[in-house]
Amino acid sequence: MKILVAVKRVVDYAVKVRVRPDRTGVETANVKMSMNPFCEIAVEEALRLREAGAAAEVVAATVGPAQSVDTLRTALAMGADRAVHVLHDPDPARPLLPLAVAKILRAVTLQEKPGLVILGKQAIDDDCNQTGQMLAGLLQWPQGTFASKVILDKEKQKATVEREVDGGIETICLDLPAVITTDLRLNQPRYATLPNIMKAKSKVIKKVTPEELIVDIRSDMEVIEVNEPPKRKAGVVLSSVDELLNKLKNEARVL
Amino acid sequence: MARRDAAAAAARVLRRLGPLAAEPPTRGTPRARYESGDRAVSSCRRSGWVPGLQRPLCGPRTDAGAYEGQRGASRACQVQSQSRAFGSAATATNIQRNPAYSELSSDDVSYFKSVLGETGVVLDADRVAVANVDWMGKYRGASQLLLLPKSTAEVSKILSYCNTRRLAVVPQGGNTGLVGGSVPVYDEVIVGLTGMDKIISFDNVNGILTCEAGCVLENLSTFVENEGFIMPLDLGAKGSCHIGGNVSTNAGGLRFIRYGSLHGNVLGLEVVLADGTILDMLTTLRKDNTGYDLKHLFIGSEGSLGIVTKVSVLTPAKLPSTNVAFLSCNDYTSCQKLLLAARRSLGEILSAFEFMDHHCIDLATSHLEGVQNPLPASPHKFYVLIETTGSDESYDKTKLEAFLLRSMEDGLVADGVIAQDISQASNFWRIREGISEASVKVGAVYKYDLSIPVEKLYDIVEEMRCRLGDSAEVLGYGHLGDGNLHLNILSNKYDDNTLAKIEPFVYEWTSAQRGSISAEHGLGLMKAEKIHYSKSPEAVQLMASIKKLLDPNSILNPYKLPSPSSSVPCNSLKPAAYQSCLMLR
Repeated sequence: MKILVAVKRVVDYAVKVRVRPDRTGVETANVKMSMNPFCEIAVEEALRLREAGAAAEVVAATVGPAQSVDTLRTALAMGADRAVHVLHDPDPARPLLPLAVAKILRAVTLQEKPGLVILGKQAIDDDCNQTGQMLAGLLQWPQGTFASKVILDKEKQKATVEREVDGGIETICLDLPAVITTDLRLNQPRYATLPNIMKAKSKVIKKVTPEELIVDIRSDMEVIEVNEPPKRKAGVVLSSVDELLNKLKNEARVL
Repeated sequence: MARRDAAAAAARVLRRLGPLAAEPPTRGTPRARYESGDRAVSSCRRSGWVPGLQRPLCGPRTDAGAYEGQRGASRACQVQSQSRAFGSAATATNIQRNPAYSELSSDDVSYFKSVLGETGVVLDADRVAVANVDWMGKYRGASQLLLLPKSTAEVSKILSYCNTRRLAVVPQGGNTGLVGGSVPVYDEVIVGLTGMDKIISFDNVNGILTCEAGCVLENLSTFVENEGFIMPLDLGAKGSCHIGGNVSTNAGGLRFIRYGSLHGNVLGLEVVLADGTILDMLTTLRKDNTGYDLKHLFIGSEGSLGIVTKVSVLTPAKLPSTNVAFLSCNDYTSCQKLLLAARRSLGEILSAFEFMDHHCIDLATSHLEGVQNPLPASPHKFYVLIETTGSDESYDKTKLEAFLLRSMEDGLVADGVIAQDISQASNFWRIREGISEASVKVGAVYKYDLSIPVEKLYDIVEEMRCRLGDSAEVLGYGHLGDGNLHLNILSNKYDDNTLAKIEPFVYEWTSAQRGSISAEHGLGLMKAEKIHYSKSPEAVQLMASIKKLLDPNSILNPYKLPSPSSSVPCNSLKPAAYQSCLMLR
């Protein structure tokens, strides 16, 4: 069985995000870009399933500009077998929305015919948390979202997924093929070791365009403006309880 | 003997303070010492990691209850317990209070209040107690008074007065030092520079920052980073250490290999001399060959020649691409060869080359939460962290990968990982920077900071292991790129037997290699008498002459370096003198 993993290149989790001066989006020039942390977890889970013998091949896929190849290289250096790069140059005014990404991934899925698609539950840049669900809907496959544990039964072609929900842990059983999205506690992603980085250099990255996949990625939504949240005002240090009471009464008006 | 003297001195202070001592102890806001003062509060640098309490509030000390339990106690009691604490410390170092210094009187306090106002004169026992003890809880003085000047003029008035009155003074920055240089030994007046924390100017064309001495390094770092520059130094204690203290101790740190020492990066200083003279050397020029370059006297002289009040520093441009690799090597020779190869192949982008032995990794992974060895598959003897900083992400990464793969083929590197994102990079740094923090969790830690030629650097660690056997654990790590070894010896508790096995051997050995017994920590109180191991008698004598010239009454940071009395050739020192280091308890 083959596992398809979708990965996304985003502004690094540790970078302080800034809005571009023209307010068309966030600044990405000269900013460290990395693989979305939830996608790292997805890659790790696919690799563990392969290592456990539940899958034979792990294919990483991404949609993005030429530089997104770095993200695919990371997936390959972690241990994925090969990669598919759907080239798309982003337009800040018309960003690629989850539905468009799900349509592209559906096309890739139909080509690759995996038994399982694993995605991060959301990307830390747009926080949409929709792509996995939409992909399952378009494919009409069962979905196990926010997985905190995944067990594959190869013979019965079933996946058991544990999900952390408000009341506790929900366990669901899916018929394969299926779509799974990963939550933070599913696993701890591995590091890219030197031998694996070396091996990754000879792994194949297939390049395609949305047009070649015959996917319409036009969006009905337009981004008008991106603004920073209002800045928090600096606090003051008071010297006495009386002063505090006075402020609470007369300035904050909560007493 | 010294103990009795000290107790008597404290009692006299108490008598003189008369009316003040009768005041009920007010509960001020003691500075948050442990969460901020901890050198180990380090790795916030690259991660969002939020440190909690790093260690129990009572570290190794003689009389742990004295400070914690003093709040309700009467002032007299407290003075006594303080004197007991430092009394034992002072006995251990064979230092006696110099009777030439006056004792603090209520007139002095009134004068300081007239200069600094009520808020600048701190007599509150809790707040003074915090300033009396270093962050490791290893050195403790018995000062009664903490002064917090807000301007150079105020520092000048304080020193001028203290010089006339012969009151000894200890300048204090963030109090993060490791050798007891920033805390009083007896009843010296503490001059804290915390109130002088203004940034004066920033030249964003040349990257020259001018600021007051009390600015916290991390705040400066954040400030210049917003302007597209970085500070030329970075160290574990950056969240609390002051730039003035960095300059006074010539702090090294993690960017040393790339940007060099503060002797190169500090462009100008403003210093207040012992007699209150304000020495303005606050230029912002890269080149200035007019006479003696006096600022260098104050860089690394540990507050013994003057108090640094303003600093101008050259800040390098901030580069967008950083890559970090964590590697393992089978033997120390490979680490050395790897360093040489890295210098050749990574040249312009190499920004850190840190090494640690497997004992350090074991310690960090077992004592720090969330720290894991990135290379767990097979145990290796040595680990190396390489950081590159450059201007082109893909170029740098390709270069680093190519270098590491070549090194692996050549057998220099046994295994390795490259960080794929910033949080992985901070995990690697967390291990290296967490060693110091983890070492204090074991119990007792004897810390040595040595400069040794790189090829011999690890020999001392192995020799020390032979000498100590099972009685203690010996860790070796440090800035290999700078030939700087941090030798840490861990045992359950501080005891004289262990110390006798370590000292003076460690100093003699280092001296025999023509190394330095203090690479970046300074001499402070811990190594004041050990200067002879690294400097010739003539050099020490000249230092003493300079001290005499600039501070004739020797009021600045006394009992530390270089006091004329300490100018004895090292072979004439009796072994008893080495049993010092005053690891309390």
